[in-house]
Amino acid sequence: MENGAIIRTTDLTKIYPMGEQSITALKDVSLTFGRGEFAGLVGPSGSGKTTLLNIVGSLDVPSRGSVEVLGHKVETLPHKKAAELRNRHIGFIFQTFNLLPVYTVYENVEFPLLLLGMPAAARRKAVLAALDWVHLADRAKSRPNQLSGGQSQRVAIARAVVKKPELVLADEPTANLDAENSHHILRTMEDINREIKTTFLFSTHDDKVIGHLRRKITLVDGRVAKDEPGAAAKEAR
Amino acid sequence: MIRFLLKGVLRDRGRSLFPFLVAAAGTFLTVAFYGYFLGMMNNMIRSNANLRHGHLKVMTRAYARDAAQVPNDLALTGVGALMAELDREFPNMDWVARISFGGLLDVPDEEGETRIQAPVAGLAVDIRTAGSPEPGLFGLQKILVRGRLPRAPGELLMGDELALKLGLAVGDEATLIGSSMAGGLAMANFTVAGTIRFGIRAMDKTGLIADLADVRRALDMDDAAGEVLGLFKDGIYRQERIEAAALAFNDRYAGRKDEDLPVMQTLAEQPGMDILFVWIRAATPAIIFIFLLAMSLVMWNAGLVGTLRRYGEFGLRLAIGEAKGRVYRAMLAEALMVGFIGSAAGTVLGLGLSWYLQVHGIDVSSMLKNFAFPMETVLRSRITPFSFVIGFIPGLLASLIGTAIAGRAIYKRQTARLFKELES
Repeated sequence: MENGAIIRTTDLTKIYPMGEQSITALKDVSLTFGRGEFAGLVGPSGSGKTTLLNIVGSLDVPSRGSVEVLGHKVETLPHKKAAELRNRHIGFIFQTFNLLPVYTVYENVEFPLLLLGMPAAARRKAVLAALDWVHLADRAKSRPNQLSGGQSQRVAIARAVVKKPELVLADEPTANLDAENSHHILRTMEDINREIKTTFLFSTHDDKVIGHLRRKITLVDGRVAKDEPGAAAKEAR
Repeated sequence: MIRFLLKGVLRDRGRSLFPFLVAAAGTFLTVAFYGYFLGMMNNMIRSNANLRHGHLKVMTRAYARDAAQVPNDLALTGVGALMAELDREFPNMDWVARISFGGLLDVPDEEGETRIQAPVAGLAVDIRTAGSPEPGLFGLQKILVRGRLPRAPGELLMGDELALKLGLAVGDEATLIGSSMAGGLAMANFTVAGTIRFGIRAMDKTGLIADLADVRRALDMDDAAGEVLGLFKDGIYRQERIEAAALAFNDRYAGRKDEDLPVMQTLAEQPGMDILFVWIRAATPAIIFIFLLAMSLVMWNAGLVGTLRRYGEFGLRLAIGEAKGRVYRAMLAEALMVGFIGSAAGTVLGLGLSWYLQVHGIDVSSMLKNFAFPMETVLRSRITPFSFVIGFIPGLLASLIGTAIAGRAIYKRQTARLFKELES
């Protein structure tokens, strides 16, 4: 994609059939995100944030319009290729961490690399580096049930970024965290964004997250109501 | 990745312990039941072979055709030479000559006049020759009720019930009236050496066992016998070898029309035995199928519970880019791992029990008080090379099928809903 854009949506519309009626979750959304952005989709519940994140993450396809992610047209991408795109280039962070409880912190972070078929030595190096980024190298052998909520989310971040993806999609990453942990998490993500130029795209209505965004896109009823620099960008100016 | 999966399986008891126990229990039952069934069938084969048919039976062609009527006029002649030839040809088998005969037993009173008569069905076997396998094959010592085994010429054993009916005691004399091999009247005096319990009502009422030499003399059947039976010395019936032997033996006389020529038949060709062998052939797949079905249902259930419990994990794996097929295959690989370990454990336990039952057996003599003759009183399992693998068939397949059915839910998972699912 030209101009360093890694995501481009053009007239993206998503309609969910509901019996005889249908719900339009997204309508004519045209957005472009460049490499290294730290952007967020904000808006009330039902505004289409998660739907947009789903489509950008190749978990869903548009009803109309076009979505291009890292050169792949999502609407025509077969399931296997979509899985490959997620596997190689996209990291996910969820509200509820979703760590695998029977595996250690180290193994949870290692898992995406196993899917990539990375050799053991390279894998070890990458996992330790990712745990360093989130300051959890000393908890490598812990199980998820031995961690606090903040620590669990940091492990989830490490898991999302360990393969150094071009894009991280985070859906309400601070919803289950207190203020201190939320800021800590966001600072960690900002550091990673700066260090490895990963694009972060959030879906949130948490003011703490919004305060860290460099670009804020407000969705209302599935349409882009505002696309403006975030608070962090304004502060930087 | 396999190591990663194995770690998960070992740490998560819900995904390993229950399937392991099901696979182990099912395999254990399969192996133990198969061994016991085989032992029981083997017991029946051995009894039938020892008492009636041998593993191989040689008769004249004419005798074979009407064997049920015991036509001694069509019996084999030159049996000594034939048995010597068979001994040379099949050194791992014991060859024994037998004569089945019918007749009338005449019991005299004190003055030598007929007191009572009864029809009898007799069997002539080599009891007196030292080293003869016959007393062992019949278990004569075990079924002896009164008296002793024949030691002198002219002595016989008779059904205890027959003896009571005729008022005969050990040491009493009776005259056998029958027909000679040439069709003439044959009479010979015998002394009751002992009475036996055959365990078969008809035989207890009419049966007697006499020494082969005495009957040959009585029926004018010198060097003749109705049947020559061959039994493997270790008592194990080997269908393929026996079929090949019979085929080779009969090929020698192929193209010749003489009805006096010998014909060799296998145990499986004998009347009534074909059903037994059909049972044996059908039993192995039936046992596997029954346990496979039962275990698959349990495994399916376990798989469903496991899949529900791991719903979040599978969702996460799909979200971070593991293809559905790969998640499914990983589940199957896990099931195979657990199934294999469970099957191995179940096989070891099943073989252990089978070995114990093979060596020590289960004594059912108290249940067979009136049924001693055709059955051994200690039922034993039997371990064969197939016993080592039979359990793996249902163990692995059930794990695989159960998980395969349960795992279909992965394909029904809509990735579009993963964000919502993973956050609920």
